[in-house]
Amino acid sequence: MPKRTDIQHVMVIGSGPIVIGQACEFDYSGTQACRVLRSEGLRVSLVNSNPATIMTDPEFADATYVEPLTPEFVEQVIAAEQPDALLATLGGQTALNIAVALHERGVLEKYGVELIGADIDAIGRGEDRQQFKDIVRQVGGEVPDSAVCHSLDEVLSTVERLHYPVVIRPSYTMGGAGSGMAHDEESLRRLAGAGLAASPVHEVLVEESVLGWKEYELELMRDRGDNVVVVCSIENIDPMGVHTGDSVTVAPALTLTDREYQRMRDLGIDVLRAVGVDTGGCNIQFAVHPQTGRLVVIEMNPRVSRSSALASKATGFPIAKIAARLAIGYTLDEIRNDITGETPASFEPALDYVVVKAPRFAFEKFPGADAELTTTMKSVGEAMSLGRNFTEALGKALRSLETKAASFWTVPDPAGATKESTVEALKTPHDGRLYTVERALRLGASVEEVSEASGIDPWFVDQIASLVELRTELLDAPALTAQLLRKAKRAGLSDRQVAALRPELAGEDGVRTLRHRLGIRPVFKTVDTCAAEFAASTPYHYSSYDEENEVAPQPDRPKVLILGSGPNRIGQGIEFDYSCVHAAMTLRDAGYETVMVNCNPETVSTDYDTSDRLYFEPLTAEDVLEVVHAERASGTVAGVICSLGGQTPLGLAQRLKDAGVPILGTQPEAIHLAEERGAFGRLLTEAGLPAPAHGTATSYTEARAIAERIGYPVLVRPSYVLGGRGMEIVYDDGTLGDYIGRATEVSPEHPVLVDRFLEDAIEIDVDALYDGTELYLGGVMEHIEEAGIHSGDSACALPPITLGVEDIARVRRSTEAIAAAVGVRGLINMQYALKDEVLYVLEANPRASRTVPFVSKATAVSLAKSAARIALGATIAQLRSDGLLPQTGDGGVLPENAATAVKEAVLPFHRFRTTEGHGVDTILGPEMKSTGEVMGVDDSFGTAFAKSQAAAYGSLPTSGRLFVSVANRDKRALIFPVKRLADLGFEVLATAGTAHVLRRHGVDTKIVRKFSEGPDNCVERILSGDVDLVINTPFGSPGNSGPRLDGYEIRTAAVSAGIPCLTTVQAAAACVQGIEALLAGDVGVRPLQEMHAALARQWGGRS
Amino acid sequence: MTSASDGLPSKQNGRALLVLEDGRSFVGESYGAEGETFGEAVFNTGMTGYQETLTDPSYYGQVVVQTAPHIGNTGINDEDPESRQIWVAGYVVRDPARRPSNWRSVRTLDEELVRQGIVGISGIDTRALTRHLRERGAMRVGISTVELDPVALRERVLAAPSMVGADLAGSVTTPQSYVVPAIGERRFTVAALDLGIKSMTPHRMAQRGIETHVLPLSSTVDDILAVAPDGVFLANGPGDPSTADHAVELTRAVLDRRIPLFGICFGNQVLGRALGFGTYKLRYGHRGINQPVADRSTGKVEITAHNHGFAVDAPLDRVSETPYGKAEVSHVCLNDDVVEGLRCLDVPAFSVQYHPEAAAGPHDAGYLFDRFAELMGGDSK
Ligand SMILES: Nc1ncnc2c1ncn2[C@@H]1O[C@H](COP(=O)(O)OP(=O)(O)O)[C@@H](O)[C@H]1O
Ligand SMILES: Nc1ncnc2c1ncn2[C@@H]1O[C@H](COP(=O)(O)OP(=O)(O)O)[C@@H](O)[C@H]1O
Ligand SMILES: [Mg+2]
Ligand SMILES: [Mg+2]
Repeated sequence: MPKRTDIQHVMVIGSGPIVIGQACEFDYSGTQACRVLRSEGLRVSLVNSNPATIMTDPEFADATYVEPLTPEFVEQVIAAEQPDALLATLGGQTALNIAVALHERGVLEKYGVELIGADIDAIGRGEDRQQFKDIVRQVGGEVPDSAVCHSLDEVLSTVERLHYPVVIRPSYTMGGAGSGMAHDEESLRRLAGAGLAASPVHEVLVEESVLGWKEYELELMRDRGDNVVVVCSIENIDPMGVHTGDSVTVAPALTLTDREYQRMRDLGIDVLRAVGVDTGGCNIQFAVHPQTGRLVVIEMNPRVSRSSALASKATGFPIAKIAARLAIGYTLDEIRNDITGETPASFEPALDYVVVKAPRFAFEKFPGADAELTTTMKSVGEAMSLGRNFTEALGKALRSLETKAASFWTVPDPAGATKESTVEALKTPHDGRLYTVERALRLGASVEEVSEASGIDPWFVDQIASLVELRTELLDAPALTAQLLRKAKRAGLSDRQVAALRPELAGEDGVRTLRHRLGIRPVFKTVDTCAAEFAASTPYHYSSYDEENEVAPQPDRPKVLILGSGPNRIGQGIEFDYSCVHAAMTLRDAGYETVMVNCNPETVSTDYDTSDRLYFEPLTAEDVLEVVHAERASGTVAGVICSLGGQTPLGLAQRLKDAGVPILGTQPEAIHLAEERGAFGRLLTEAGLPAPAHGTATSYTEARAIAERIGYPVLVRPSYVLGGRGMEIVYDDGTLGDYIGRATEVSPEHPVLVDRFLEDAIEIDVDALYDGTELYLGGVMEHIEEAGIHSGDSACALPPITLGVEDIARVRRSTEAIAAAVGVRGLINMQYALKDEVLYVLEANPRASRTVPFVSKATAVSLAKSAARIALGATIAQLRSDGLLPQTGDGGVLPENAATAVKEAVLPFHRFRTTEGHGVDTILGPEMKSTGEVMGVDDSFGTAFAKSQAAAYGSLPTSGRLFVSVANRDKRALIFPVKRLADLGFEVLATAGTAHVLRRHGVDTKIVRKFSEGPDNCVERILSGDVDLVINTPFGSPGNSGPRLDGYEIRTAAVSAGIPCLTTVQAAAACVQGIEALLAGDVGVRPLQEMHAALARQWGGRS
Repeated sequence: MTSASDGLPSKQNGRALLVLEDGRSFVGESYGAEGETFGEAVFNTGMTGYQETLTDPSYYGQVVVQTAPHIGNTGINDEDPESRQIWVAGYVVRDPARRPSNWRSVRTLDEELVRQGIVGISGIDTRALTRHLRERGAMRVGISTVELDPVALRERVLAAPSMVGADLAGSVTTPQSYVVPAIGERRFTVAALDLGIKSMTPHRMAQRGIETHVLPLSSTVDDILAVAPDGVFLANGPGDPSTADHAVELTRAVLDRRIPLFGICFGNQVLGRALGFGTYKLRYGHRGINQPVADRSTGKVEITAHNHGFAVDAPLDRVSETPYGKAEVSHVCLNDDVVEGLRCLDVPAFSVQYHPEAAAGPHDAGYLFDRFAELMGGDSK
């Protein structure tokens, strides 16, 4: 069936900010969809509040709305755009829920918009857990016994029947939000309560537990000719009970006979047809009983999902791209498989390699959070790897994660680990459980014991056992022979692992030297969708210690390697991928062959369409050097770009250069200059730029001496960190002692940095380009929250709201001085703190930053593209005349009437619980905790801020009840904003102290009890839902003193009640402006393209 | 064609050598039985179903290269074999499982290969070998654990018989006939000519109320008529269809009598020849369970299990005149437009080049057995 002729204009909905369970895989799918639809000659309009996405780049849609993903705003966009159809199956759960909401409000009908991909009924049948179970039974499948409940009583009576443990799962949620395993009534009440709240339809499913069964997923596609293909099967190594997003998974499934697999396939196809997803991708999860083979269906996602992105990268079959074509009427057999170029997409990929995906967690950022893995997804990112056997892929996946341990034997065992304690530990799923498996085996546990305790299939355990045997072989060998080394490499051991077992080889570099001398190098194979049955035209490669290399010669164009940023983690996410993708786009235009190296399956950078060549490899020195070697054999390598992918590639620059690899752009020496505190401090003094008084300590005594000199409060942190890892504000010797005590690796190699902490300073974030002579100020962002809250967690405004021309001029001078002194060639990111008219330099990052995409969208300039060109020798002057940069002026001084853009961070607190099941504290500090961001943009700051809040948390309240409880030092500052809210009609509640001050200033205030003051207190009021807005700033010094605890209870209550909770004076003030803007009404929507055109006009001379 | 040594497990995994007739060689480890074997090197891209593959008689005389890297993970069970024995001439895998894991497994694959004297090789770059066969075409190969000199082994490879012109069905067909009863009430009786039939095939028919009489290839028309069949089935099988003269004769006799006829794989080629079409050898064949085939009557795509190195040479663009009236190409492979099915318009006969019984493989083509039943039920074809 050919393309439908009745659709000319499709609206695509993105998935909004990066949150746990919904990350940049939806930028990948959305970007593909936009590309495809436009190449089909359709008009595409797009709504997505996430500025860090590639899909929201103006060139990917005809009209791009960076607006809140709420039904209200999306309806406005529909009204403005009048699309024929809405494609909501590529924007994750967010897009799907919006589509449902729009339907229920009659919006789709009103504007005659057709939902393509999956219609409302199909979405209902797939997403509503009860309807779905009925369907599975109708087609002859089995499901775990269960009942849908709408109240706690229903839940309790259901458990009478099902018996503990039971699984609680809310309808219409994603990433397992609010779900969990209840083992007793106490945990049941807690989970069911949270679940009912988490579900938009206040509905939870109470379900028989199939804990410990083997878990599988199938990725299917269907077209309107009712042709169905299974793109990929995925097996979870962690059995049922651990969310697939948190499980280590493999593709294809490795422990199923054909009969079992085909049963699963048949059932999956029947379910898909019965649910009635007319076109596109869908994901179905199954559980298989290990001893009986009994097969049950767990759930289906009637849309492209996280696993679809994984499956696409794992097989080379681009699910989202094809789903988009199917949605507009094509059938699978009409679509080419662009990897073979000859065969159609109506086939099932065959793999001749093994894919392993491993999750990346961030528990260390949420003190007190329960690190047990459950049915609620908690990982913040993932790495994928390919190998010609399981252990090779596993080894690569583990070192791709960039955790402390880089696969087995790279860190010491936990002290006192015995066989018994280790086997015991296997019973609770946890981050890095495969390390525990290896240790258990090494300490003498049998494959059966380990499999029994962990529920992990013996086949996988045995694979790890083979590594334990290999380890002994490596340890015992009198000398490391070529044959043994080759065996180790085939099994996927890194040079670092081998070095750990053979000290005489003088470390990783020693092993590499030996390996190269023995001529033991990996070859590069190709992901071709068909196990080599047909020739592949797409150079999508992975390394393996096998025999035949498939990298084609390409002598014509010079090659540029772009190193990506690896798995998403807090502090390093999609923003860096954005910059890498831009580099690939612009360098291809500039005549280079672009070669991407990355291991994150969620990203656009690992789409084989993004660069000329893709190497799906871990970002370690060893793996990157082998890629360089292969590419040098293929042609001329101009160099490697390390400054766009964040800290990961930056950290590799020096070692690559030492190995003789040309680094493009800012050189390792310069990087060191900016990152090594001592050197940077000297640089600042020479440049005459003020920095907070500071020192570097390698022991507690040293730290204390420094603190005495510069005075408390001080800010302490380990050197070389991103996202403020391990950073704390310390008010006295005692806490300083604790910190040093906790920061285990303090040593001459790993000193602690001690800075004077600047209280109540305005923080300023700057992104700039420097070419050696000229500085281009990309953008100056003024933080809403004061310094002390990590730049990644605080909201900020561009253009800055309160900074004067003189301040900007100072920022420009300082930034230029630093860029020049450091020797930046490309991007530099600066953070300043403005206090008492002094502009302190907080830090300089000689690389692309988290804010590059935000700045690029706010100012209509692609900083990353320019940076890549500068890295290859272009000057800012040239870029200005090429039109990549404005001919005159820069982002430092935007035109008078330029729109204001506000970035707001999105935080994952609601995902985590303490072991007692309590929420974790939501207080912000110098350590970054946010997973993503949104952008609100409009003419006035107030409206832009309101939009940013709507996008991040749902709209700000314009009436209702306000609860205030603030630290003494903040009381005066808060009188005005609270009074204003009272005047706007808000009813004000406050704790005694705060109420007292407010009343004295004529704000009529009701007193409510503190949490510590017994029943009917503020916390209960918040939880019961009769408070609409909370302002609470942290009390006094840290530690668990009473008021501090009150604050904690208040903030966690606000999070569970899902209402805005402002923790700083500045945020409160901004919020007032936002609410005023909302009350003033007429908050409209506007496409980026229009805003950028306006900017260009005012700016002069830009296309 | 396997000269296996006494079949003791070769657990020390000695070296093994694989040499292709064009001289390319691979050194790996002995897998399965020790000894030496020769055959036609072909690759199979299925990611599941090695047990079914090994026991598929159509692989007789062939050395099968598995592109899936891990083989043997689910061991061997007693339900899944497709015939009484392993038929492949040799087996090539990359990473054999050290330990099987599946609730139905009773033995390891390695043990089974040793037990049945199947010589194999593991640990070689199977992808490199596959790409070589893709580019140069299927060719003769030798695997040896005794002769480790490539030159010497190649001599022997070149001396081995080639697949072109090979008449192999006779060697795999059942010595005497047997009956597979219908499940439930019997609706039809079918005479199945065993050219290398797989056990799933009569089972699929039984599920549809068909009683299947499996007859040796040597059977005569009278033997066939003796079971008073409602329909005749031509099975899959090994070898070059151009040698299958006897089967072609029987088929003509069946067509003359307008007895409903259904053929698969080799049977498709036999029907093709009976209708006067030629057959030819594909460069490297179709062997896998992910092959997209279009049913030209409905336009629907089915994902199918293939195992064929030869194909029927019939025109795609028109209906052909044959000694039995009009006939057309009913199915085509979307990867390469190879003829995957024939339908007679004037006599009740049709066939497909692939495996609707699908063991291993997806069940998309099961409807063809229904079509056969309809044909026997006298419904319009
Ligand atoms: N009945 C059950 N018993 C045990 N574990 C379960 C059960 N149902 C789901 N799980 C586990 O919870 C995880 C999340 O459940 P799922 O239905 O997939 O929700 P989500 O929509 O978050 O993916 C699954 O990956 C599985 O490991
Ligand atoms: N001397 C200081 N006074 C007040 N706040 C500071 C100071 N130094 C750092 N901060 C705060 O800590 C945050 C993280 O510090 P930064 O040096 O930017 O580390 P990172 O490398 O993690 O970005 C900054 O965004 C700022 O809000
Ligand atoms: Mg799920
Ligand atoms: Mg910073």
